[in-house]
Formats: sequence, structure tokens, C-alpha cells
Amino acid sequence: MSGYIHELKELIKKVEATRPSRLESARKNEHFPALSMEDRMKWLSSYHPDFKDEGRRKVKVGPNKGDVLPEEVVDVFESRSRLDLKEVNLDNVDFETDVLVIGGGGAGTAAALMAESEGKSVIISTKLRHGDANTIMAEGGIQGATQEGDSPHYHYLDVMGGGHFTNSPDLVAALVNDAPLIIDWLEELGMMFNKYADGRLMVRHGGGTCRKRMHSSGDMTGAEIMRVIRDEAKNRKGINVMEFSPAVELILDREGRCAGAVLYNLETREYYVVKAKAVVLATGGFGRLHIQGFATTNHYGATADGLVIAYRAGVKTCFLEATQYHPTGVVYPEQNVGLLITEKVRGLGAQLVNSEGNQFCFPLEPRDVESACIIRECLDIGKGIMTPTGRIGVWLDSPMIDLLHGEGTVKKELPAKYIQFKRYGIDISKEPMLVYPTLHYQNGGLEINEFAETSVPGLFSAGEVSGGIHGKNRLMGNSLLDVLVFGRRAGCRASEYVSGKKSAGSALTLDHVKRFHKELERAGLKDAPTAPILLPDYTPDEVKSRRWEK
Amino acid sequence: MSKKKIIKPLSVGDKTIPPEGAKKIPVYIMGKEYLIPETLTILKAIEYAGYKYTRGCGCRGGICGACAVYYRIKGSYKLKSGLACQTVIEPDMILAQLPFFPVNRPDYKMDVFKEDAHAAFRKIYPEVFKCVGCGTCTRVCPMDIDVMDYIALMKRGELKKAAEKSFDCVMCGLCASRCPAQISQFMAAMLVRRINGRYLTPRAEHLKKRKKEVKSGKYEKFLKALRKLSQDELKKLYIEREREPDLSEPGWMPEDTTRL
Ligand SMILES: Cc1cc2nc3c(=O)[nH]c(=O)nc-3n(C[C@H](O)[C@H](O)[C@H](O)COP(=O)(O)OP(=O)(O)OC[C@H]3O[C@@H](n4cnc5c(N)ncnc54)[C@H](O)[C@@H]3O)c2cc1C
Ligand code: SF4
Ligand code: SF4
Ligand code: FES
Repeated sequence: MSGYIHELKELIKKVEATRPSRLESARKNEHFPALSMEDRMKWLSSYHPDFKDEGRRKVKVGPNKGDVLPEEVVDVFESRSRLDLKEVNLDNVDFETDVLVIGGGGAGTAAALMAESEGKSVIISTKLRHGDANTIMAEGGIQGATQEGDSPHYHYLDVMGGGHFTNSPDLVAALVNDAPLIIDWLEELGMMFNKYADGRLMVRHGGGTCRKRMHSSGDMTGAEIMRVIRDEAKNRKGINVMEFSPAVELILDREGRCAGAVLYNLETREYYVVKAKAVVLATGGFGRLHIQGFATTNHYGATADGLVIAYRAGVKTCFLEATQYHPTGVVYPEQNVGLLITEKVRGLGAQLVNSEGNQFCFPLEPRDVESACIIRECLDIGKGIMTPTGRIGVWLDSPMIDLLHGEGTVKKELPAKYIQFKRYGIDISKEPMLVYPTLHYQNGGLEINEFAETSVPGLFSAGEVSGGIHGKNRLMGNSLLDVLVFGRRAGCRASEYVSGKKSAGSALTLDHVKRFHKELERAGLKDAPTAPILLPDYTPDEVKSRRWEK
Repeated sequence: MSKKKIIKPLSVGDKTIPPEGAKKIPVYIMGKEYLIPETLTILKAIEYAGYKYTRGCGCRGGICGACAVYYRIKGSYKLKSGLACQTVIEPDMILAQLPFFPVNRPDYKMDVFKEDAHAAFRKIYPEVFKCVGCGTCTRVCPMDIDVMDYIALMKRGELKKAAEKSFDCVMCGLCASRCPAQISQFMAAMLVRRINGRYLTPRAEHLKKRKKEVKSGKYEKFLKALRKLSQDELKKLYIEREREPDLSEPGWMPEDTTRL
């Protein structure tokens, strides 16, 4: 397959037809007017998925009862266990360990390494392979005040400002103070950072930073972090990784302390009882819930399982109403669907245009406003472009960049994106891209304190599954940092907890699940579907309609 | 009200719902024929046919290496390979994924590479030195890495170069699956990259210094002070913070150094 199919090529002609006049205005520094503050609010509230009432509803049960959250999140919160509780025999313990880590991404692996270093036995339960996670997908970088002209003080200010000052101050302080230690830890483990010849770490600015503190490893920072810590975990005798064995329920003891989990073997469909003295939850984000049908940048297993099982155990969540959408995710070709196109492209002069080749918004509105503009143009005005696989988007007119800044600018400034499209026969310096907002990051999550403790004794939580660190909005590069800072803190704290005298000991129970089921019944949700969903289902309806079994 | 023609997206998330009249082409999933809308990736084509992945699918974005795939086009003797999430279907493709491949991965302690890294490496992966130079690994690599070359560099002891050359590896296992010398190339490369990061690249001096400062508790004082501020005071500090210029030199210093 190469390039745009014929129908799309025809539509591109309309973009080309208006390009000369758009260029002329751009050269004169005349832009499509930005929205007024009033219009911004109006458009956000009508079109941004976070602001719309449609697609959200009140949760009827559990610790966040009464809160208004995205439907897809409420659906999994108001759900029943996958287990037939009468069948489960908790006396029959299949595995026993000091620390059970649920999730084999960045946060989980960091926690496991710390707990093992403290001499604890560790089981990592993970849904797919060890390392199949959002962590491996992060390209941009990881923040940390490692330079002489920077300090955790400034990092703190940046994080708080980015989160509109809604973040939990204690969590932010822990994040920025540990940051240099994390970079040092990674260097010690043998991570290949971008460096100058003398060993100095290369750093860049990120959106909303006042100092350059974005460290990277080519454009695969997350992949490098993940493969290094996973490799280290392989060398540790005390870590036992159980792949394709997701947790489907937490187990508590009679005193309400977390005492393990029920795992599910995805291949043989058996369940296992794991008894643990402490549990670290590190299951990552919820991108694959496809909030309001949005495509996502997240990996295949990002289905909010950790949120669901902790919610049943009584842990409250925060900031789940604030979802991070990125305005320009690719919708064509299929291999690139969900792929992010950075703001830089618009910064260099590429405009957003509709099916008629006309501009419809100022290209550098804040992320959320820009997303709202694109959604409005497609769904309300009806000037989106349909792809052969049923996706919809608008043009991002990247050829303007070379025309404005000289031949070769696209290749020089956006090498990775250039290659990513070139591979599929599209030259983005000559042809526009098709984009639509994409679901990127779960800002909120389980409530924790600076030691990664949840409200349930013995249950720790780290990484994207937790909330509060980034408040309502996360800055780039602080999430990779967050998963390692709180992953390590969780591992250490869990080890201390295990060594202390308070860890779980008495009989194992799933009574909290029974109580939750009762609450569902009282709320009239007796027939609620089961969750966690574990894997998204992309089976076409046509195939489903032919599955004639009961 | 004038009538607007509103098109709603059909596909939800990654579920593909092709518009009416979309062209379909035959592909053979493990030999069995299915008609699939063109322009889909192999991964989505397999889902479109009705399969649900447990293995063989991870990031869906070309970086995790879970989805290695072998294929032939009907009528051609050539064996091709790639990543299922990054390869678009072609008519008459005969597909088989490689969801798992056993590899040799001995345990090691990083300290043993401190002195003579090459000798220590040879002890861990002696099979690397038996490469017959057939070039198959280079031909199958979906990341266009010259695998044979990084193996040759390892043999010669040029570990730094081997680390850099293998950097883009997504650990999909395709190279290892075809190696006549039974080498697990990408596992050896993983080790070499760690040796490079730890011992063959100078450590960051400024980081050592910063680590000491953090451990001394210096910044906890600053952070405590920040937490005591009112929202307005904090906002004021935020707005007034000095921004490092985009074109600053490494080692740049701000005017106010009292909070460093
Ligand atoms: C495309 C992309 C680009 C990004 N770029 C950046 C960036 O440049 N900088 C930055 O700082 N951040 C970035 N992020 C965000 C960051 O990568 C993630 O937020 C972070 O890595 C999450 O780490 P985690 O360990 O919490 O979760 P993950 O890394 O997602 O790991 C979660 C793990 O839990 C497993 N799991 C899920 N459910 C279960 C279950 N029921 N039982 C057992 N295991 C389970 C999963 O399989 C997975 O292994 C990016 C994210 C994406 C998707
Ligand atoms: S070097 Fe081997 S494992 Fe790595 S990407 Fe290439 S073929 Fe896959
Ligand atoms: S396939 Fe094996 S033997 Fe052939 S060049 Fe690669 S490493 Fe050497
Ligand atoms: S699914 Fe991760 S590389 Fe294809």
C-alpha cells in the first residue's frame, strides 16, 4: 500500500487549492483569530469530552458515590466480580509471597526491584508480557532537576502550575525531590541516556517548564527505561514474574488488610489464589476504555483493572473526571492511528483545515480548546473527512512548513514523523496529514499519600493508576518520573510494612466483594456486567452476530 | 434550519467499521481465507476476522515487539517478515504470527563487566562468536537494524558501537528465530547496551553532585517552605519564575541562585 487512496487524493486537491492564499496571509502574520475567553469556555463546554454532560454520569455505588465521571469509567465501577464467589476456595493458596506486585510496567517493575533489594520475595502478576505497558511507549522523555541551574524547587513550581494548582502538594514534593535520584538509579542500571562526550546529560525544555530538564534516550526513552529495568528484574532471584496472569480481585484478611489477589490465567482460564503480606497495585491507565469512542495512544492492556478492584476494596479515586486528550492524533494510515503529532508541527506553521480546504480555528489554542475545535468541525459542522476504515478527521496541512521556512525544514525538524509517514508512502512535506483528538493519559486515579499507601492497610499503589500527583493536568515527562518515584517508594514502604508486625495474617476473605455486590443490588444494579474487562474487544458486530452459542 | 450532512465516525476506538462499499481483499490467516477491508494492518485484519488476541499484541504502536509476523504472498517463494501492527495487508498474504520464541538469556551481575567487559561478555554469550555471517538476521529485522553487523562488532570487542547500532531493537525475536548459529542476538544486544550505559560512557558528574545534595535533605527545606505558601503566593512565584532561554548553553545559570 502506498500513500493516500484515490478518494483522499481528490480531497487533498481542495487543500492545495486554498493553500496559496492561506500562505500569503500567514506570511503577513495574519492568522485565523483565536477564540475569546468566553467562546473558549462555550466551545469547551459544548464539545470537549471533559466538559460535556453527555457521556458522563453519577456513580451510584462505592467510595466515589455521587461523583460525575465518564460513562466508561462508571460502567466498570458499577460492575460485578468476574468470579463466582461460591466457587472460590481461599483456603487453597496456590502461591505465597512477601510482596505481590500487580502490573509489569514501569511502576510495578521498579517496586519489585526495591522490594527484592530489601530481601523480600516478590511475585509480579502481569496481564500480557512483562513490559507490555504504556511505559514502553513513552517517547518524549523524563524530567528531573539534575542541572546546576535547576533544582527541585523550580520543578515543584512547574508541576503545580501545569496542574492548575490542583495537585496534592505532598505528592509533588516527593516527585521532584526524588527525581535526581531516579535519573542516577537509571544511569547506574546501565540506561543509555543522550549525553555529551564528557558524560553530561543532555536536557531539553518541555511544555510548561522553566528549566531544561527533559532527559531522553533517542526517541524511545520509555522503551529504554522499560527494557533496562526488566532486564535487571530477570537477574533477581527473588522476583518471580507471572505473565498472562492478570489480577481480577484483591483479597483482604479479616482485619481488612490487603492479603493478596486472585489471578486469572488468560490461557487456561484457571484462577489462582496468591497470598501476600503486602500488595502493590501498578496496573497503569484506562486508554483502552475508549472514553466516548476516542482512539487512544495506550497499549492493549490499559483497561483500568486496578481502579476497579481497588474501588471494590474501598479505595477512593480523584481527578478521574479530567482525561488528557491530545488534539492531533493520526487517523490515517491505519498503522499510525492514535500516533501523536506534536504541537511543534503547528508551531512551525501547519494549519488545520476542513474538507473544503478552509481553516476553522487558530492552530495554537491550548490542547483542550484545540481538541474541542476539531470535534466541532467534524461532528457539528460536518466538514470532517472520512477514511476508508470509518475514521474521521481534519487535515493538518504540513506542506506549509517547507513553504514557509524553506525546503527541507520538515525533514530536519520532524525526522521521526517524516519517516513514520514516508514508510507508508506519504511525504508529509508535500501532503497533509489526517488528524483527530486521541485519548492519551489518565490524569486521575487512586488516592495515595507520599509513601504510595492507599487507605487500605497493606495496599500500595503507584504509577498511572494513582491520582493527585498531576492534579487535573500532567506535563510531559513527569509521568515516567512519577511511575519510578512512586514505584520505588511503594516497593520500599511495602517491604517495611512486611517487616513490621502489622501485616496480614488472619484468614483470607472476599467479603468486600460480597458487600459491594449487595450495594449494587440496593442501587438497582443487580444485573451489572462483570469487570475488570482485562482486554478490549474489537470483534466486528458481523462476526459477533454469527456466534450462535448461548 | 438548513440541512447539514453530518458524518459520524464509524470506527470506535480500534474497532474497525469500514464505510459501505469499502474494498475487501483476501488474506490467509494461518492458511485460512478471509476477506478484509484494504489498508488495515495485519494486527487489525486478524481482529477484523474475529480473532481476539491474548498473545501477539502489546503496544499496537511498533515499539514493544510482541507482534512479529512471517508471511508469504501466494505464488511467491519469498518469505517475508515484519511487525503485525506496522504492516498493511496485501492481497493474497499468507500470515503466521510468532507470539513467542525461546531464547538463551543467562543471569549476570553487572559488576563483572567493570574490568574487561569483552572477556566477561564472551563468557556469558559464547555463541555470539560462532556467527557464520549469513546475514539472515539483518534481512528479517523489521527495524532495519544491521543485526549481523552488531554481532560482528561484539565479536571484535567494539561493544560501544554494537550498543549504538542495536539501539532501535524492539526485541521482537525475529532475528533469533532464523539464526543458523542459534544465537539470541537481541538478548546479547540488551546486555551490551547496559554495559555501555554503565561502564563505557562517562558518568554525569553534575548528577553525582546533585544526588549528594538531595540526600543531604537540602531541598526538603525549600519544598517545605513552598508547601507553606498560600495559593496566591505560589502563583506569584510561578508567574515570576525565570525561564531558561531555548538556546542556552549546557551548565546555564539563572540570576537567582538562592533556590538551587
Ligand atoms: C504513547 C505514549 C507516550 C507517552 N509519552 C510520555 C513521555 O514522553 N513522558 C512521560 O513522562 N510519560 C509519557 N507517557 C505516559 C507514561 O508512559 C505512562 O503514564 C506511564 O509509563 C505509566 O506507567 P505505569 O507503570 O503506571 O503503567 P504501565 O506502564 O501501563 O504498566 C501497567 C502494567 O500493568 C499491567 N496490568 C494491567 N492490568 C492488569 C491486571 N489486571 N493484572 C496484572 N497486570 C495488569 C499491564 O499489562 C502493564 O504491564 C506516554 C504514554 C503513552 C501511551
Ligand atoms: S534486532 Fe532482532 S529482535 Fe531486535 S528488532 Fe531486529 S529482528 Fe527484532
Ligand atoms: S543469522 Fe546468526 S549466523 Fe547469520 S549473520 Fe545473523 S547472527 Fe550471524
Ligand atoms: S504490538 Fe507492539 S510492536 Fe506491534
